[in-house]
Amino acid sequence: MADSSSEDIQFFAKREKIYPRAVKGRFRTLKWSILTICLAIYYLAPFLRWDRGDNAPGQAILIDLPARRAYFFFIEIWPQEVYILTGVLILAAVTLFFATALFGRVWCGYFCFQTVWTDLFMLVERLFQGDRNARIKLDQEKWSFNRLWRKAATHIVWVLIGLVTAGTFVFYFTDAPTLWGQLIHGQASTTVLGFMAGLTFSTYLMAGIAREQVCTFMCPYARFQSAMFDEDSLIITYDPDRGEPRGKKTKDQNWEDRGHCIDCERCVQVCPTGIDIRDGLQIQCIACGLCVDACDDVMDKLGLPRGLVRYDTERHMKLKREGRHDEMLSHLARPRTYWYMLILAFVSAVMIYALASRVTTELHVLHDRNPLLVQLSDGSIRNGYNVKILNKTHYDRHFVLTQNGLENAELSLKGAGMRHLDDLLVPADTVGNFKVFVTAPKQGVAQKDFQFIIDEVDGEAHDLYESVFISEKP
Amino acid sequence: MTANDKKKIDETSGVETTGHSWDNGSLEELNNPAPRWWVWVYILCTIWAIGYWVIYPAWPVPGGQERGGTVGSAGYNQYKELEKSQEAIAVRQAAYLEDFQKASYDQIMANDELYAFAVAGGKAAFKDNCATCHGSGGSGGPGFPNLNDDDWLWGGAIEDIEQTIKYGIRSEHDETRYNMMSAFGKDEILEPEDIENVVTYVMALSEGGMEAANAKYPAGAEVFADNCTACHGEDAKGLREMGAPNLTDSIWLYGGDKDTIHETVYGGRSGVMQAWVDRLDENTIRQLAVYVHSLGGGE
Repeated sequence: MADSSSEDIQFFAKREKIYPRAVKGRFRTLKWSILTICLAIYYLAPFLRWDRGDNAPGQAILIDLPARRAYFFFIEIWPQEVYILTGVLILAAVTLFFATALFGRVWCGYFCFQTVWTDLFMLVERLFQGDRNARIKLDQEKWSFNRLWRKAATHIVWVLIGLVTAGTFVFYFTDAPTLWGQLIHGQASTTVLGFMAGLTFSTYLMAGIAREQVCTFMCPYARFQSAMFDEDSLIITYDPDRGEPRGKKTKDQNWEDRGHCIDCERCVQVCPTGIDIRDGLQIQCIACGLCVDACDDVMDKLGLPRGLVRYDTERHMKLKREGRHDEMLSHLARPRTYWYMLILAFVSAVMIYALASRVTTELHVLHDRNPLLVQLSDGSIRNGYNVKILNKTHYDRHFVLTQNGLENAELSLKGAGMRHLDDLLVPADTVGNFKVFVTAPKQGVAQKDFQFIIDEVDGEAHDLYESVFISEKP
Repeated sequence: MTANDKKKIDETSGVETTGHSWDNGSLEELNNPAPRWWVWVYILCTIWAIGYWVIYPAWPVPGGQERGGTVGSAGYNQYKELEKSQEAIAVRQAAYLEDFQKASYDQIMANDELYAFAVAGGKAAFKDNCATCHGSGGSGGPGFPNLNDDDWLWGGAIEDIEQTIKYGIRSEHDETRYNMMSAFGKDEILEPEDIENVVTYVMALSEGGMEAANAKYPAGAEVFADNCTACHGEDAKGLREMGAPNLTDSIWLYGGDKDTIHETVYGGRSGVMQAWVDRLDENTIRQLAVYVHSLGGGE
């Protein structure tokens, strides 16, 4: 520790606050449109209704955790169908990789929740505190009423947005109109309120305070995006061949003698992650295209062609530099993107098949293990089974249980109620659980395969389950 | 770090390196400072951990020794947690318990909820109290009846099962059911030759039925008619009021081989089941009766 230079070592860096400047242009418009659509879907979707009949919830999108059911329009998911969720996650991941291979980090720049909500929060900030310069000035000012009310209003609106965001989130997990009534009358459960408090705080913290630090330091996707890129991916690039040497343009200079970059720093000022795109592709870049808009605006004013900063591929830039325009290939067509498309098509097909072939009746049988078998006084053998009949429809149904494959076997039902094997009632949206005994003479072999069969009374549903009858101890 | 180590500055970024390098020095680690919010997260986590340490039972506080170790300043203890969850269970059970108490066995059998309540409670009680002898699935063993089969010495209706559970068999309770298989050999009631004959006869009974056995082993039949029919009946099918087993079926409590039957006739049998009336409450006994009946052998 005798090292004299150790005094200069800074272990922890203070965040440099970023004051993004407002910008107008093609990509900004696209961003606003996507933001509006995404937020509209998020905030309104829980209030959509979907008629499923009397015995099922009428909410279009509902994840009913206590009842272990998920509803998504016409799709209904029981716990054993949770592989559909796996399919959705695979699709989401591959779509993300596919989009990244084609267009770079567009997910981050346009669709990511962090980006969308941060954009919304910046809009509020701009509304109360003005654009970049006004905000910088305001932060340097001494505390005054002007500064106080502007700051306070910003934070209050942020918290309110957080509250609405959190409130909407819980609506996805319970009947929205009911919960809305409970919230209004202060009757919501502490679980709901706890979730809302947590989500309000995290929305405020992430979109209001942390912002680009989430993308740079916390987001795992930022870390492996470089593995998703190749030289044919569209990334945001500054064209140094055209821009350099940069600098303020003096009157005597002709555009042919110098680069087109006038070093106005607009691209830096509008960047929500605070980088200079002219330094090349960096981990912080979320490919939002705002620098493109800013630069295009400046080029228009100077009467120069747009695209000094643009979406382009590395291969394209390289070929252009070498003057080989004719060799350029479409960056879309390459093995990587074909593979992603193939995987997407395959997973989609599997999921469509799974959804289309979903049955509303299922039979499952569990053989008793303790005891495996019981010898009765007349020498016959009895095995016990737990028979489960799944009724995934929204009406009560009756079933007949029979068996196939065991000679001289008798089925009998144990349990309460007045049920009979030829009239097993399974109420709507439930699993009927029946204790069934099968009594048969010794089979001559230690165990014999046979099937349980159910048929719906006055219906077409039919299912069978392969089970086993054990007549000798192993 | 020794004084000889010069700070190396990375050319491209202008940032000092840590001195670690890989791939023959082509890859070096930059010594960028960590973000400050990170250190705040670390500090907050540390403060949280210290609070947690004191509030929950990790840090011994004076007078905080209780069953199960120390308690934190919040007085948290796993036994208290257990008591709380048991109270919650008691509340849930209470919803059914009153109806269960009032209901007859017929009513319980006709009601899905009460039946499920009884079977679930009985199952738990069975594993705690009965499984030692009868096995966790109730399938018993030599000398301990299989409760899944259809052979009931004293009756298999729920009421009979309840009676057996309450007062036991040959227990010390006054109401207990009592019988005894005489020790025909040890007490010199029968000659060894007669015992041999009757054992052979009894084995034939369960194999081919009474008529065949009579024809084949008349000596044994005579011994049986003179000594065994009082309890096992003229037809050898047992007398339930005596708790005497049916000798013509294929179920043997102690074993159906010749040596075991000989042992039974020679030395007698008097297995004991204790009375549970003083150890288990009325509800538990009723739940147990329903559960045992549900195993499949109930009548």
